[in-house]
Amino acid sequence: MHLILFFVFAGFCLAGAVNLLLQSHPINSALSLIVVMTSLAVLYLLLGAEFLAIAQIIVYSGAIMVLFTLVVMLLNAGREERTLGSRVARIVGFPAVVAMLAVLATVILRAQGLGVAALNQGITSTQDLSRVLFHELLLPFEVTSVLILIAILGAVALARAEGATPGDIERTAK
Amino acid sequence: MSFHQDVPLAWYLLLSAALFSLGVIGFLIKRNLITVFMSIELMLNGVNLSFVTFAHQWHAVKGQIFVFFVMMVAAAEAAVGLAIIIAVFRTRATLAVDRIDLMKL
Repeated sequence: MHLILFFVFAGFCLAGAVNLLLQSHPINSALSLIVVMTSLAVLYLLLGAEFLAIAQIIVYSGAIMVLFTLVVMLLNAGREERTLGSRVARIVGFPAVVAMLAVLATVILRAQGLGVAALNQGITSTQDLSRVLFHELLLPFEVTSVLILIAILGAVALARAEGATPGDIERTAK
Repeated sequence: MSFHQDVPLAWYLLLSAALFSLGVIGFLIKRNLITVFMSIELMLNGVNLSFVTFAHQWHAVKGQIFVFFVMMVAAAEAAVGLAIIIAVFRTRATLAVDRIDLMKL
């Protein structure tokens, strides 16, 4: 069962990622990225990370991808034109990617002592996770909430129309 | 059914490496600012998968918590990055990365 689920959702993952590269319309790329992220949530569930699986769906395929599709629609992003890209990317970039993938694959396949994943084994419950998160890592957690707050303020300040005052927005809302 | 039921963790790591490489390739070949940004999210997801795999291997909860932090930072990054994309579109009226070259040598 685990094997079948792994192959199905790993296949979805890779197909979605390749489709993201092949599509020329940003909205299609965004939708295939949602496929990748949702199948990753299933893979997290297979690895026993149940909280992360739900967080992946809510945060990634929910919140972040909604932001992406919203921006694609807002900016009315059309078909991208294919150009050759920069010369540096062609000469240095692609061989570097291939070399990196080859090195990573060799290291992973030669690694000793990597275990196996089976169903119903090594499940991390949300209780275990929150115990560590709120006892040992409370300060980083709170610092991240400040980071999110600053990011919200920054996003509003950046995306606001040039020269608009808060009064304008209220007037438009009415 | 009698076939081997377990999946080696190395396969998960290979999938993670493949996702990361596809993200880098997307970063290099995509010509639209938004899709370039999506490729970065793909790379982040690939790295997250290897974090979860190693957390499973060593029964370490902190690996999963790290993924949780990566998700939160990615949410902040997406909000600010997309706001920057909107600001760039407003001033230059294009999303093609070839035409956003003011700081290029």
